[in-house]
Amino acid sequence: MIDKTAKRSGGAVLALALVLLAGPAMAQSPPVTLVAYTSLQKEVLAPYEAAFRKVHPEIQITWVRDAGGVIHARLLAERANPRADIIFSLPVTDIVGLYKEGLIEPYAPKDFEKLKPRFRDSRAVPVWTGLEMYLNVICFNTVEAQKRNLPRPTRWADLANPVYRGQITMPSPAMSNTGYGYIHGWMQAMGESAAWDFLDKLDQNVAVYTSSSATPCKYASTGEYAIGLSTDLTGPMMKTRGAPIDLIVPTDKTAWDIEAIALPKGSRHPEAAKLMLDWAVTREASQTFNKYYGIVGFPGLNNGPPNSIPDGDALAADYSVEWSIDNRDRLIAEWFKRYNAKSEPKAN
Amino acid sequence: MAMAQDVVAREPARPVVRTENVLRTGACVVLLAILAVLIVMPLYALLSQSLEDADKHFIGLGNFVRYANNPGLVQSVYNSLFVSIAVTAITVPLAFGYAYALTRSCMPAKTIFKGIALLPILAPSLLPAISLTYMFGNQGFMRGLLAGHSIHGPIGIIMAQVFHCFPFGVLIIGTALGISDGRLYEVAQTFSTPKWRVFWTITLPAVRYGLISACFVTFTTAIVDFGVAKVIGGSYNVLAIEIFKQIIGQQNFQMGAVIGVLLLLPALLTFFIERYVNKRQMSQLTARAVLYQPKPNRLFDLAMFGFVVVIAFCILGVNAVAVFASFFKLWPYDLSFSLDSYDFAAFDPGGWSSYWNSIVMASAAALFGTVLTFGGAYLVEKSPIPTLLRSLLHILAMIPIAVPGIVLGLGYVFFFNDPENPLGFLYYTMTILVMCSIAHYYTIPHLTALTALKQVDKEFEAVSQSLGVPFWVTLRRVTIPISLPVILDVATYIFVNAMTTVAAVIFIYSPQNKLASIAVIAMEDTGDTGAACAMAMMILYTSVAVKLVQIALSKLLFPKLQLWRHPDAS
Repeated sequence: MIDKTAKRSGGAVLALALVLLAGPAMAQSPPVTLVAYTSLQKEVLAPYEAAFRKVHPEIQITWVRDAGGVIHARLLAERANPRADIIFSLPVTDIVGLYKEGLIEPYAPKDFEKLKPRFRDSRAVPVWTGLEMYLNVICFNTVEAQKRNLPRPTRWADLANPVYRGQITMPSPAMSNTGYGYIHGWMQAMGESAAWDFLDKLDQNVAVYTSSSATPCKYASTGEYAIGLSTDLTGPMMKTRGAPIDLIVPTDKTAWDIEAIALPKGSRHPEAAKLMLDWAVTREASQTFNKYYGIVGFPGLNNGPPNSIPDGDALAADYSVEWSIDNRDRLIAEWFKRYNAKSEPKAN
Repeated sequence: MAMAQDVVAREPARPVVRTENVLRTGACVVLLAILAVLIVMPLYALLSQSLEDADKHFIGLGNFVRYANNPGLVQSVYNSLFVSIAVTAITVPLAFGYAYALTRSCMPAKTIFKGIALLPILAPSLLPAISLTYMFGNQGFMRGLLAGHSIHGPIGIIMAQVFHCFPFGVLIIGTALGISDGRLYEVAQTFSTPKWRVFWTITLPAVRYGLISACFVTFTTAIVDFGVAKVIGGSYNVLAIEIFKQIIGQQNFQMGAVIGVLLLLPALLTFFIERYVNKRQMSQLTARAVLYQPKPNRLFDLAMFGFVVVIAFCILGVNAVAVFASFFKLWPYDLSFSLDSYDFAAFDPGGWSSYWNSIVMASAAALFGTVLTFGGAYLVEKSPIPTLLRSLLHILAMIPIAVPGIVLGLGYVFFFNDPENPLGFLYYTMTILVMCSIAHYYTIPHLTALTALKQVDKEFEAVSQSLGVPFWVTLRRVTIPISLPVILDVATYIFVNAMTTVAAVIFIYSPQNKLASIAVIAMEDTGDTGAACAMAMMILYTSVAVKLVQIALSKLLFPKLQLWRHPDAS
């Protein structure tokens, strides 16, 4: 392993040297600029770009970053005249949705078979390829929990306990992909009718359904509400900043999603985009990702950022992503019918 | 051409007049074409989808029927109406009182208090929502005042909206109250008419038009606003959030378009009410008018001053909380002082470039937007153009306020990114951001200019015309100088709004021209609330600076250009 890494970084140095030598010659052909649509957190864009350009200095990147739903809607709205050269990255469910609309060009990045199974699309030619995985976690404010006498939840079913009335916030499945992740995760783990019973009780405890998956953890961090169902993208960040929260993954495992890359139809620089997709599945790329995300596609890497959840892979529930996509409209409609009309958040 | 002649036929047939009218009608047609591109076509591109299914087949009203059968969605209509009516009912009287104090009393420091009243529009609407959470949230230092009710819901939305809409009310009603004929009051005094009667029979009727405009603007702003409801609305469903749920959450453009169409209804309704009132409104300021000058009255001035101070204190308080929030290390657990939040580079790779982009964009929008809106208002109010064109121009100008930014923005994507569109080259440029911002904020400048122009007697035009002075000379030498304070108001208004605009541009900004306001949203979204506050404060400081420049300019220009208002002084 070490030997291989050394060889690879040696290769990178060689490539860099070649590029430096070839610099004047290359100046004649204008550098390619890729327009990358992304829902990644903005902090990671500059380091990712730097890491990629070390290998491909001839390719520049301009990022269009926004929440996953906004990027998804924007890609749909621009379908008549696509603007994105590469999707780097979006949650898998969004990419599959776009694929079903005919907006994705399947592409198998070089050596993508080396990635962990969950990070590979099972289609003959992959529609998406995973970069990193995030888990749904509970942000639990320990200071407020003590003040308000709230026990620490260890299983999902615990959240139905009336002791938490008005203390829980979670992203609305109608507005947030993560919110939907919770719903279909519980459906697949508990079975539908048991899951709806649980949701009925949970609804009694939920103070606010938020539009963004980050908000519940922010609420928990400031003690606005003691328990926030969020993700391990936001959680470690808030905790590192000093928020008195614990990040809990219940023992009965949790829902997850994968941030994935894809080639949009109508990419103006498909060759350059493919180079970037190829780069993204390398070990070096995963090492860069690992500085910001606990779980990355390349196996054997476990150097997540401070407060990230160690060995998160093992905590991710085994469920069918396809099932979650196929049943999305139906489950959200049912959820909408049951809980959306809630007019006012319950007082504590 | 035929229509132009139609109008000309009623005028004395002089060649100059004929040319002038053709010119003005021509200008009107050009402006209509511009507005069609800025407003109508993009809106059509999105709203037409309300009649289509996901595969673009025409299905008539099927989407509307589906909408009406969804209890959750119908509930959001009631919620929206409730919130907007409450906001209007609270905001307009408060704004009236405030504007009344500023224009009709001799209280001190009017300029400062006018400035304070405008603070809320100088910062993104996100700001009051964040501040109110800090004040009245479950960890807020004033939560006791809510007596156990949650700020995350209608209460929070209404409070933040009142804060956000207040300046519109003061601006519009203040303009109406600011210009009135002092002679009426003198006559009333001669007959010792009681004060309340003067108020009911002279003051109120004179500002009826302004009041209706203020109600309309407040109501529609409240019903289409998305930022406030998103941050502080909790699970309380309103239409603007439903649009977001449909389009962003579920990529259902058709249902989003249905809600967009519904939101246009109140605007249409108000349009007809306004036409009705308009017919009965007479010009307040005849050529012989003497501008009303308030006379000192200790008790009244003191009462008015007290009222203004209380309101100003609330406005400053909300802003102050945001200032503090940007300096706390980790609210509410670590309140030590920190400048971390102002290190934008740590939160947003765009850093300062998005700030400069915002300034360029807002300046361009202010310049072109002012020319368009004032020109349009002038044509509507002061020109003998065919009634059909006049009405069309006015109704187009009234549409944008009823359109949620997200609907306008997506409309821009569908319209300008269409490969068939010859204007497609504008997509991804700074120009399209400028266009979208002008379109989004067109209505209030139009109304403000219209209110001001309405109060300038048509006699000015008539006299000039009979003296053979062409309209552009009257425009340059009379109308524009009289209206200069309003023109500056309008330019400032467009500038500060373009600085804070989010929903409309979030779909069309390109990586090269990202805006500060978008950076604010992005930072709020990822939990960097302190940094979001800090960037919002930077926008606020910039807007305050621009506002101060405007005031300074007015002070320099006022004495010379407004001499006509004070015949005694000359």
